[in-house]
Amino acid sequence: MPRRTMIEAIRDAMDVSMGRDERVIVYGEDVGFFGGVFRATQGLQAKYGKSRCFDAPISESGIVGSAIGMAAYGLRPCVEVQFADYVYPAYDQIVSEAARLRYRSNGDFTCPIVVRMPTGGGIFGGQTHSQSPEALFTHVSGLKVIVPSNPHDAKGLLIAAIEDPDPVIFLEPKRLYNGPFDGHHDKPVTPWSKHELGEVADGHYTIPLGKAAIRRQGSAVTVLAYGTMVYVAQAAAEETGIDAEVIDLRTLLPLDLDAIVASVKKTGRCVVVHEATLTSGFGAELVALVQENCFYHLEAPVARVAGWDTPYPHAQEWDYFPGPARVGRALIETLEA
Amino acid sequence: MADAGMLRFHVPEPEVRPGGTPDFSNVTIPKAGSVPRPEIDVDPRTIRDMAFSIIRVLNRAGEAVGPWAGLLSDEELLEGLRNMMRLRTFDARMQMAQRQGKTSFYMQHLGEEAVSCAFRKALKPGDMNFPTYRQAGLLIADGYPMVTMMNQIYSNEADPLKGRQLPVMYSSKEHGFFSISGNLATQYIQAVGWAMASAISNDSRIAAAWIGDGSTAESDFHAALVFASTYKAPVVLNVVNNQWAISTFQGIARGGSGTFAARGLGFGIPSLRVDGNDYLAVHAVAKWAADRARANLGPTLVEYVTYRAGAHSTSDDPSAYRPKAESDAWPLGDPVIRLKNHLIHKGVWSEDRHTQAEAEILETVIAAQKEAEGHGTLHAGGKPSTRDMFEGVYEDMPPHLRRQRQQAGV
Repeated sequence: MPRRTMIEAIRDAMDVSMGRDERVIVYGEDVGFFGGVFRATQGLQAKYGKSRCFDAPISESGIVGSAIGMAAYGLRPCVEVQFADYVYPAYDQIVSEAARLRYRSNGDFTCPIVVRMPTGGGIFGGQTHSQSPEALFTHVSGLKVIVPSNPHDAKGLLIAAIEDPDPVIFLEPKRLYNGPFDGHHDKPVTPWSKHELGEVADGHYTIPLGKAAIRRQGSAVTVLAYGTMVYVAQAAAEETGIDAEVIDLRTLLPLDLDAIVASVKKTGRCVVVHEATLTSGFGAELVALVQENCFYHLEAPVARVAGWDTPYPHAQEWDYFPGPARVGRALIETLEA
Repeated sequence: MADAGMLRFHVPEPEVRPGGTPDFSNVTIPKAGSVPRPEIDVDPRTIRDMAFSIIRVLNRAGEAVGPWAGLLSDEELLEGLRNMMRLRTFDARMQMAQRQGKTSFYMQHLGEEAVSCAFRKALKPGDMNFPTYRQAGLLIADGYPMVTMMNQIYSNEADPLKGRQLPVMYSSKEHGFFSISGNLATQYIQAVGWAMASAISNDSRIAAAWIGDGSTAESDFHAALVFASTYKAPVVLNVVNNQWAISTFQGIARGGSGTFAARGLGFGIPSLRVDGNDYLAVHAVAKWAADRARANLGPTLVEYVTYRAGAHSTSDDPSAYRPKAESDAWPLGDPVIRLKNHLIHKGVWSEDRHTQAEAEILETVIAAQKEAEGHGTLHAGGKPSTRDMFEGVYEDMPPHLRRQRQQAGV
């Protein structure tokens, strides 16, 4: 099976979708001729023409707002916001418009759009190229929110998102584009070409939204993670020798609650990790669900490891990023509780 | 250079406030028929002055004059008059229904009926409007059933939107009327996106974007102009300048640009101003802009100069911020009376027939209201089910919503 980087897998997903369905339109800042600053759309304009893949003005609300109009017309736009940190000008269009169009018009108009955006830190991007705003979208009824953690999933989930009848926020952990970064920033990252999840089948396949994946089997504690933190959690488990079960949520909304509950009931302990800031983060929702559904199986308080409640810093990146040492400490404390 | 002293902060003020005498002497009204009608493929750079004039067809004598006249038959004009009268009567009944507690909220069009009623007739089936809350004439003039509109206003059991939307936020794809948001300006860029999609699909349908004077200050207005200009989208960009954004006079959004139409000039978009209370002028300019869009000539910006004679909504009292007589002093008159006078002048209408038509229309509106109220009003009679509240958030209900619906006991 061919191996691809996450960028190549994402590009392949759009290529396959554009080839199968001429309603699929791809655009965004630097997306057309150049192929995107991360090269996710490289070659698509040459292959499908300027009507299907083109450059957009630097206006995120314009990009998403026009995509909503296109979707209302009957196309299936898959647009790129260059960094998740830049999505806020489009927030009104996403929250008040895309998310509610089906509901408020009782299905008269629908909004099958995908908004792709690189998310997360680990690249010395400072406060404007490192944020993880997923909780701003999981709080909105009418949206679906995906955070893939590897090339295989990224392709299958992106094709599923493009084919989905409702608006999907597709957050791509940019630190994973080239390999499964585990938080050890001082060590080289294994490239996807040497990782089994870098195996990406040619052609069309989908991964259903709302299904988690167990990345590491274990019986002592459940770790709920997504994106880059999936690998950080696995590294923490290996380094502490703790028999942790690591669940990669893959889709945050809708959430695979069954997989979470089954695992926590088995292990009796749970640690929730994400890069995003702690307060009102998606981890708060996960902890609430775990206590609502697994309270009588819990043997320890559910712990959270997250970004500190500060803006994402530049020089202090590795003090901020919740790496394997912090996750490992949380695992130990949860087992000792 | 001389020292100008301390910096001074500037906040524009309207000419008069309550207690003052209405004064529109600063509003320059060109003579009807005086503005030329260029070919639709005109070089936009040669018609920049049109953004500062006002295209008018009906003169004070009730005659249709000048190069923008002569597009509509007597039958079409009579239909236009009836549509405006329907809208006005509909508004009056629904305004009253809100006061009677039959619904929570209403927004009327008083004084602005010509804009949406005439514009609709310049479009073809399949074209798509992205309206604000003050363009219900698009529906009325397209034959959308009044009773369905009332069902929506009452949020009753027959409401096509299942009680989910604030009154007047209609939606009808079939009638080329995009779901109204209630958030301002968001629809403007969506209209451009819809038009881009039509061009991408090599279709022949065009879009029409709608916005009020106040909301042109929103960033989505400017995004829409950039996108429309860049991609030459087949869209008509409408700005309804009714002078008042709730209590804020239009100068707060307009700033130093002179007119709202002038906003289009920097984008290279042909930008016209039209007498919004002149049914014939509105239709002629709308047709010109729609023809341009359909001929691959790209967007046109049209500013309709009109006056919001009524309150912003049923939650608003204009006497707190503008003179009560200001509406009567508005120099462009009333759109219904002006078209009525024109048709009388042409000899195809009379005061008697007008009075008779008013009575007939009132009767049909009351009949529709009775039928709608048979399906319930906001607080009485049939209403959408609690189950409807959980439906339609997504195409397929996800597990968490299913659980919540169970908790709600439905």
